[in-house]
Amino acid sequence: MAKYIADLKVIENKRLNDDFFILELSGNDKLPDFKPGQFVQVKIEGSPDTFLRRPISIHDVDYGRNTFKLLIQVAGKGTKMLSKIRPGDFLNMIYPLGNSFSLPDINEKVLIAGGGCGVAPLLFLGNYLKSNNCIPDVLLGFRNSERIIELDQYFNIGKVYVTTEDGSQGEKGFITNHSVLTTGNYSRIYCCGPTSMMRAIAGHCKKNDIFCEVSLENLMACGIGVCLCCIVDTVKGNLCTCTDGPVFNINDLKW
Amino acid sequence: MVKLGFSIGDLHFKNPVLTASGTFGYGSEFDDFIDVSRLGGIVVKGTTLEPREGNLCPRMAETPSGMLNAVGLQNKGIEYFEKFIYPRILNYETNVIVNINGSYIDDYVMLAERIDKLEKIPAIELNISCPNVKMGGMAFGTKLSSAREVTRAVRAVYSKKLIVKLSPNVTNIADFAKVVEDEGADSVSLINTLLGMSVDVAKMKPSLSTITGGLSGPAIKPIALRMVWQVAKAVKIPVIGIGGIMTTSDALEFLLAGASAVQIGTASFIDPLASIKILEGIEKYLLEKGFTDIREIIGYINRKPEQNRNCC
Repeated sequence: MAKYIADLKVIENKRLNDDFFILELSGNDKLPDFKPGQFVQVKIEGSPDTFLRRPISIHDVDYGRNTFKLLIQVAGKGTKMLSKIRPGDFLNMIYPLGNSFSLPDINEKVLIAGGGCGVAPLLFLGNYLKSNNCIPDVLLGFRNSERIIELDQYFNIGKVYVTTEDGSQGEKGFITNHSVLTTGNYSRIYCCGPTSMMRAIAGHCKKNDIFCEVSLENLMACGIGVCLCCIVDTVKGNLCTCTDGPVFNINDLKW
Repeated sequence: MVKLGFSIGDLHFKNPVLTASGTFGYGSEFDDFIDVSRLGGIVVKGTTLEPREGNLCPRMAETPSGMLNAVGLQNKGIEYFEKFIYPRILNYETNVIVNINGSYIDDYVMLAERIDKLEKIPAIELNISCPNVKMGGMAFGTKLSSAREVTRAVRAVYSKKLIVKLSPNVTNIADFAKVVEDEGADSVSLINTLLGMSVDVAKMKPSLSTITGGLSGPAIKPIALRMVWQVAKAVKIPVIGIGGIMTTSDALEFLLAGASAVQIGTASFIDPLASIKILEGIEKYLLEKGFTDIREIIGYINRKPEQNRNCC
């Protein structure tokens, strides 16, 4: 899949809460076909402290408007600078990078599971599955009701289940405690979230022989498979998160 | 038309912009962005006799104007290179140079013998400066007697162009350049990364799994430039400048200080077009300054005013 490098125009910078914001970007040229799970490498100008690009998942794509969105958590200096970017500004990006979630077979029962910042690639995945005639269930976990983001976006994809750690909305606990995990009879689960969450989901899937893919995060310099900094220890040896991933089948991971 | 070429002995390079080992994969990773064949040369990922898995993560830490890495020479070994990578890179119309690494002198010798047989590889870069391996690597490049010994041993078996990549983690790098020149090196490239470290204050532990790693990027450029200048004055063989070159101006600094060529490293991580932009920038600079041959500016600052054409 061809990769591009270009200055993309910021159409909107929407603040969701203290931690999260969404950037919508548009290209001069027609956007290539993005696949769910893929990411972009964003250059952040203006500070010696943000020397390297930042890898950020593609949150959703609107080919009609030739735009796509990035859901970003303010985590460090780079993302803080990005949070202050204004409509009309340009961001240099390399895109699209990485592999993608695989498509399910016909009639599979599919669950999309995630939480926190891990929800970033899941909206695109949900919309993509729907456009490929798969109606997945969606299970999202948050710390509390105030930290829930983008939930309404999933309502027209499939059935949505929520957990909060304090029980302020949905079932109380972690997504791995949610009843639907067992009652849903899923044959395939896609997961993205904190490592502890993904490991727990992976454990559930291994135990119940469910096909499962997770999207991993890692420190990276290049994003195109040359620096070898974002290594994942797998049964196939060291693989790059950026080019062999970020999506991995749990059976390939040494979890 | 500006002449951009330079030579290491009878090996001609069409221009002075090469890519640094470990920052450019095997070239094909950049095919979507640039025509790799336009480059003066590419130095492919450090290769060892046996496959190496490298160090544990975290292998990388961002630092002001730079980065630390502790990759540890992850590669699939020479056999994989010969079988699967070499056939793939045959068609690049540029000089493809293999960077070789070992734990023992015999490793370097065996690698050099095998690569000597690969018709389309006109040169090797002897890496005696990797700071991220427990054995060998930088150990060879920080002791004069070891640098001498490994260069001599490889020279004895390798018939093509031998470039020795020097470590900056020494008191006087020019001494090392002179020693490898005496032993028959055809060129030196410098600098490899500087040994550095970083601590994650939030986690209260070292940022890298190996605690120390190699610092690269613009942060090291003034040091690299100083060392290239020192070495260029000390040896007669061509010097290839490396270290934090991000822009045309950076590359020109190295050329003016005495480097015959440059390698673009960390810059390619941030801008995959960096090497080609720098190549185009150098040509434009020469045209604007009225030079017809790049050799007119190599070591320009080291010559007496009357030796230089008055151009500015």
